[in-house]
Amino acid sequence: MTAVQEARPRGLVEVHGVHKSYGTLEVLRDVSLTVEPGSVTVVLGPSGSGKSTLLRAVNHLEKVDKGFISVDGELVGYVRRGGTLRELKEREILRQRTRIGFVFQSFNLFPHLTALENVVEAPVSAQGRPRSEVEPEARELLARVGLADKADVRPRQLSGGQQQRVAIARALALKPSVLLFDEPTSALDPELVGEVLDVIKDVARTGTTLVVVTHEIGFAREVADTVVFMDGGVVVEQGPPSQVLDDPQHDRTRAFLQKVL
Amino acid sequence: MTSLAQDESRLVVPPTPAPAADEVPLEELRIVPARHPGRWVATGVVLLLLAMVVSSLVTNARWEWDLVARYLTWPSVVQGAWATVRLTAVASVVGFALGTVLALMRLSRSPLLQAVSWTYTWVFRSVPLLLQLLLWYNLAYLYPYLSLGVPFGPELLYFDTLSLVDKFWAAILGLGLSQAAYSAEIVRAGILSVDQGQQEAAASLGIPRRRQVTRIILPQAMRSIVPTAVNEVIGLLKGTSIVYVLAYGELFYIVSVIMGRNGRIVPLLLVASIWYLVLTTLITVVQYYVERHYAKGAVRTLPPTPLQRARWTLLVAASRLSGRPLPASVPPAYAARARVGVLVRTARTERTAGTERTARTEHTGGAA
Repeated sequence: MTAVQEARPRGLVEVHGVHKSYGTLEVLRDVSLTVEPGSVTVVLGPSGSGKSTLLRAVNHLEKVDKGFISVDGELVGYVRRGGTLRELKEREILRQRTRIGFVFQSFNLFPHLTALENVVEAPVSAQGRPRSEVEPEARELLARVGLADKADVRPRQLSGGQQQRVAIARALALKPSVLLFDEPTSALDPELVGEVLDVIKDVARTGTTLVVVTHEIGFAREVADTVVFMDGGVVVEQGPPSQVLDDPQHDRTRAFLQKVL
Repeated sequence: MTSLAQDESRLVVPPTPAPAADEVPLEELRIVPARHPGRWVATGVVLLLLAMVVSSLVTNARWEWDLVARYLTWPSVVQGAWATVRLTAVASVVGFALGTVLALMRLSRSPLLQAVSWTYTWVFRSVPLLLQLLLWYNLAYLYPYLSLGVPFGPELLYFDTLSLVDKFWAAILGLGLSQAAYSAEIVRAGILSVDQGQQEAAASLGIPRRRQVTRIILPQAMRSIVPTAVNEVIGLLKGTSIVYVLAYGELFYIVSVIMGRNGRIVPLLLVASIWYLVLTTLITVVQYYVERHYAKGAVRTLPPTPLQRARWTLLVAASRLSGRPLPASVPPAYAARARVGVLVRTARTERTAGTERTARTEHTGGAA
């Protein structure tokens, strides 16, 4: 265990030939993607293009039908034993998830717990760390997202932007090597989007691998190392923002950018 | 109003002529609360009906209130009430503990556990409670001895069924097990009412399964579980009266024994009713505070407790009578009532004192 911690996982995400269907609807069709450690990847695409499903699959919130996803070389949801792949037990999957943070569009903060309790919960109950050690860290994280004074307030008393910032602090508390954002600003009033994006930019500078599904083109241009454009369950094109955003090679990318810009 | 305006211009130093009515700034205008004549009529009618009921309760000698009062605290009646409380408490705990387990089984991914839970609910909801009670009481006929040991193997401990399942435990088994079937559905509904995103968020944070249930899901489910659960507990409290078929000495059995002996049926029925009323009231009070506890996070500000409400109402009344300003601890919604009161007073003072200026001084603060 200590060996794993010393060789701190860097956050390499590899997606190989992933398929996923809901009933007869194929939402992911042979998606492959490599996210470099410490990089920021922004996934763009019209709604229904499979962006969120892909993100949820990386965290094993969705089980894929075909293909594999690995984080730092470790398969998500499976383990290789000689010639077989064994499905992991729930406990193992939960352990894997502590290294992959997830920030939801609808925040999903625990409303009956204070901001501080929201942040403290997972490190204590999932990683078994002592509360006395976690609490000061949690306060620090809240301060980092600009909410030091809101530690003892419950989510309903916070604005949407503040709630999402608490949610980011909550995900960071597990010290994940990969952080996934599923449309983190889509549920926010326009004037609150900036404060959340600022926090994400701040996190990006710390070297954590980020995968962000968003519609904020400006954010993609400013922060992303790689922009991935998805449509109809496939990756249409990917590359640095200067290429994908300013000189798209595909008609579908061009059509989409024209609509959102 | 015109005469008042003229009065003012005469008494108060008049730097400018009296302003016309529509030139007076809004904040200096008197607020006239809306009148509700219909409410007054309805109140009158209700009061009249209430008076009739009370008078009949007092004047009709057949209620035999002296007898009611005597038997209300009769030792065996009090014992019976206590037995009812014990039955309710133990059966509720058994019912909801087992019910929660059944609900979690039903929501689990194992088809076997789901089926077992479903079957349990099906059986225990289908057989009338009365039959269940009698069946449990006759357990000794089916199994004269109960033993603990290895299944299909040696037995380690023996019990005489009759001594183990006495009237009390037969009643607990009957009430508790059937309650579990209903509680299971209540708990299940509560769990289903919690947003799916909560479980997802907990799972994405790697929080262990059991902790997800106890720390994240159940506390939120409690908000919709508690009102129905308390309904069930109250139903159970009254439902314990069915145990009189086992001749167990709970409240209703005791009362029916006494009334069989002395034939004073109505007064003794009243005694039992009053006890059930009192016990139910206690449960309702507990419910209020339990609900309030689980409302944390679901509402922005908790509703005031009855004690707080009483204190604030008193403070408001005191302030209205004395004209002193309200303490800051009273929330604005209550303070507003006081202000209406003061303004009404202002209007009266105006008429008597004759000058708006004096009235307004009174309004702005009793400190003057």
